Amino acid sequence: MNVIENLFTGLGAMIYDFLIWLTLPDWLAAVILLFLKWLLIILVVIVDVIILIWLERKISGYIQQRLGPNRLGPGGCFQTIADTLKLMGKEDIIPRTADKVLFVIAPAMFIIVAVMLYAVVPMGKDMMIVDFDLSMLFFISVASLGTLALFMGGWGSDNKWSLMGAMRAVAQMISYEVPLAFSLLGVVMITGSLQFSEIVAAQENIWFVFLQPIAFVTYFIAATAELNRGPFDMPEAEQELTAGPYTEYTGMRWALFFLAEYTNLVAVCLMCSAVFFGGWHGPAFLPSWAWMFIKAYFFILVFFWIKWTLPRIRMDKLMEFSWKFLVPVSLGNVLLTGVGLMLFR
Amino acid sequence: MVLEKMDGNDSNEKDRKILAEANIFFTNLQKLFNWGRARSFWPLNYGSNCCPIEMMASGLARFDIARFGYEVFRSCPRQADLLVVAGPVTIKLRPVLERLWAQMPEPKWVVALGNCACSGGPFKDGYSIYPGADSILPVDVYIPGCPPRPEAFFYGLLELKKKVEQTDYSRYDEWKKAKKLAKKEDKEVRKRREKEEERL
Repeated sequence: MNVIENLFTGLGAMIYDFLIWLTLPDWLAAVILLFLKWLLIILVVIVDVIILIWLERKISGYIQQRLGPNRLGPGGCFQTIADTLKLMGKEDIIPRTADKVLFVIAPAMFIIVAVMLYAVVPMGKDMMIVDFDLSMLFFISVASLGTLALFMGGWGSDNKWSLMGAMRAVAQMISYEVPLAFSLLGVVMITGSLQFSEIVAAQENIWFVFLQPIAFVTYFIAATAELNRGPFDMPEAEQELTAGPYTEYTGMRWALFFLAEYTNLVAVCLMCSAVFFGGWHGPAFLPSWAWMFIKAYFFILVFFWIKWTLPRIRMDKLMEFSWKFLVPVSLGNVLLTGVGLMLFR
Repeated sequence: MVLEKMDGNDSNEKDRKILAEANIFFTNLQKLFNWGRARSFWPLNYGSNCCPIEMMASGLARFDIARFGYEVFRSCPRQADLLVVAGPVTIKLRPVLERLWAQMPEPKWVVALGNCACSGGPFKDGYSIYPGADSILPVDVYIPGCPPRPEAFFYGLLELKKKVEQTDYSRYDEWKKAKKLAKKEDKEVRKRREKEEERL
């Protein structure tokens, strides 16, 4: 059991020892190890996205009483690979009137920001790239950087739909950032720390979803809007805006946006399970990292379920819902948590 | 060791046998990409009469186009590969259709769905109708029917799949020539359109 539990941490330590044995200086060994960790993260992200896209198509099919992809491989599981190959072979169009620099940078920036989130997100016990005392603040602030990438793409494309989609994305993401941060504040007040490892460690006896149910609900709703997923997918509302900020993007550039969205989805779900659902704590017959991913995948499935069940809501209703409902509720939760802490501590 | 036995030309029959005995097989990227292309057509969300209704039906539970992986209907031409011309092409529609076609990135294909798109159908001699989509677009597959059933639509797509798998998209020089030609043609098309507009 211990071997599986320490599979990744032990491997990291072994590689570090090996590098030291090669008489490399300490700092160089650390840098090489960090680089290897990043490679592993990128691998995990890409495999995750390939699985998720197939899973979403399959599950949307089942929800609509269809079969979903089933011609390529068992259960159609090679469908995403075929799609990726096709997208790699597509012509790369940059519109003549586009702002070329912004247009080219935007998708790269979106994916870089999405992968940066994994620097602090815990994947199992002691399995964080960096574990520093403001990691939750880092997560929230970096996650909101993605808005900038979307706006760069929308502005750079020089297209009406792109610009309108980008404006919507900015408005939506900024207004939902507020309840997201406030709902996490309740957890931070209980643990007194912004460090993921401490927040998870504090949940050894009771998960925070039982202490902070309101915060969990507001976090989940706000996260749905942050991810631009249905029913809050206003920025790329197909019926009104063709494809929102992605309207002018072709082939792999568009695929990068798509990749980044799913990367964000996994990161947010990992975060959700770490903050509210006890992270790596679980019965000992499975290793900590397996529990982490099982919980995260459960939330991903819930996200799929919501997206394919609920209709899209109107833009003004969306903003109203954030400012008139979610923000007061999450603020009230902060007050309630404070009172609770005064009474019971 | 294998290399010593060979004549140095991997395309000849004897060498291939030697390679096959050593469990070495050659394929090319072209085949790999065509495999992908043929299995993920993303159609453009376009339609102008009753044929699109059958197209919609093909996406729903009873027929389910998703089984083949062709269900990703994009509403933006930049991400679509397949223009399904469903319904008659009128003179008024032509500039729109041409623009949509031009906005789609290569490689791209056209499927004419229904009698009107194949040949003009009952409106063939109409004053405002083109006799078939092939009078303005390079149609790859014709699917007759009024309207064709979803099964016929699937059959057409699978025929297109066969076609795509056999096509060589790597001929860069020819592509360059074609692009030059297309530029010339663009001018001609524009001139023709201007003339037509004047006439109308």
